[in-house]
Amino acid sequence: MTELATTPQAKALHEQFCRDVMSMPGGEKIKICQQCGTCTGSCPTSYLMDFGPREIIAAFRAGMIDRVVKSNTIWLCTSCYYCTVRCPAGIKITDLMYELKRMAIKYDLVPKESKNPAMTKIFIDSVHKHGRNHEVELMARFMMTKDWGMPFRFVGTGLKLFTAGRLPMTPTNIRGRDELDKISAYLETLEEAKKQ
Amino acid sequence: MKRYLYYPGCSAEATGKAYDISTRALMEKLGTALIELDDWNCCGATSYFSVRELDSFAIAARNLSIAQQMGDDELCVICNACYTTLAKANRYMAESPEVFDAVQGALGAVGRTYDGNVKVRHIMDILVNDIGLEEFGSRVERRLTGLRVAPYYGCQFSRPMGEFDDVQMPTTMDRLFQATGADVITDFDAKTDCCGGMMMLTRSDAALRLCHELLTCARQGGADVIVAACPLCEMNLEGYQPLVNKTFGTDFDIPVMYFTQLAGLALGVDPKKLAIDKQVVSCDRVVAAIPA
Repeated sequence: MTELATTPQAKALHEQFCRDVMSMPGGEKIKICQQCGTCTGSCPTSYLMDFGPREIIAAFRAGMIDRVVKSNTIWLCTSCYYCTVRCPAGIKITDLMYELKRMAIKYDLVPKESKNPAMTKIFIDSVHKHGRNHEVELMARFMMTKDWGMPFRFVGTGLKLFTAGRLPMTPTNIRGRDELDKISAYLETLEEAKKQ
Repeated sequence: MKRYLYYPGCSAEATGKAYDISTRALMEKLGTALIELDDWNCCGATSYFSVRELDSFAIAARNLSIAQQMGDDELCVICNACYTTLAKANRYMAESPEVFDAVQGALGAVGRTYDGNVKVRHIMDILVNDIGLEEFGSRVERRLTGLRVAPYYGCQFSRPMGEFDDVQMPTTMDRLFQATGADVITDFDAKTDCCGGMMMLTRSDAALRLCHELLTCARQGGADVIVAACPLCEMNLEGYQPLVNKTFGTDFDIPVMYFTQLAGLALGVDPKKLAIDKQVVSCDRVVAAIPA
């Protein structure tokens, strides 16, 4: 029983998960999970996960969501939505994964080996700077921060893509790119206001 | 002439250029005009969900508000991920007044407004349901007789939206190519399996394994060509095919095309206008196999 949500952080995570999931459209359906395992059976990457999708809901009910937040599970979700469309209870499991990703980033609980949050950050930076994702910049920045070995593995593909004109060096800057920062700032203020 | 507002998506400017080029050529051949959405931004993809759920809906909705401003109630999208992200924003705005209000507020902060009524349409939906298979079939100039086609839908084609095709067993692409006379692998088991998406960069071991399974399944079905409806699927299956071979000791050499490229060939569009030379795995033998 020592692993129940007893530490302050575990409690905070449990409370936030409850609050955020219940505020999602259809979020309350998590209560009727019957642990059938269709989600885990449908998941293309569950074989690599510390906890499969079914276990996430079991852990939440057992007050152990903090263990899931720290696990590799959420960073292995490819957003393929198989679990979501097959769940007989109608639980939006992919959305639960997104919620867990947000919590892991917020509480700085990302496993060291996961490169996914770094990729996300670079992606969003690039979109806010240009208004669109510049794939070449994304790949270059990702390589520099997280994966020096990547150019060596992908050199053959990279050269072919470059020759075919599929790796343009210059980004497209949209006229309204400053709007994205303003949209994010507005929503951040809104979220803060709700907490108070 | 029927016209659609068109959202190419970020990949269409880079690795997925051939999807954009071939879509425009195909629709031109079908006498349908595509008007590019003015000053469109990234749909937000799945990355924005990692920041704030509302950000992803609001960023997506900026595009839909521009469509509305341009006087349209439909937006044609080619990328599966863009399609799902944009359509999901609509659905959640309709399901939740709280989401609707927050998105309205965020758009208001940049002098925009959106009422939630621009329908997001996948190009496949438009081809099969607006233009129609009968009309499409009647315009086929070079029948794909004997060409064994593996229709690869990928994840976010109809999952989770399911608005124009079945969430688990989509068939629109099967039927489109049957209308061209092709020998479609209708029991292609991997047709809705995941290619790994962006995980090709963050967890390449997992993504390469998924691609390996997909290519194995296509080979078992005797595929001459795999057709894809998403730039990520196409890139992973085609661009990384040499790396799959290196990793698993296989010798896959399966052409992968955007479905718009192969459909364009069937309609007699010049291969040059379909950007077929941009593929990493050569598609020359596919072009050569099609009777003139």
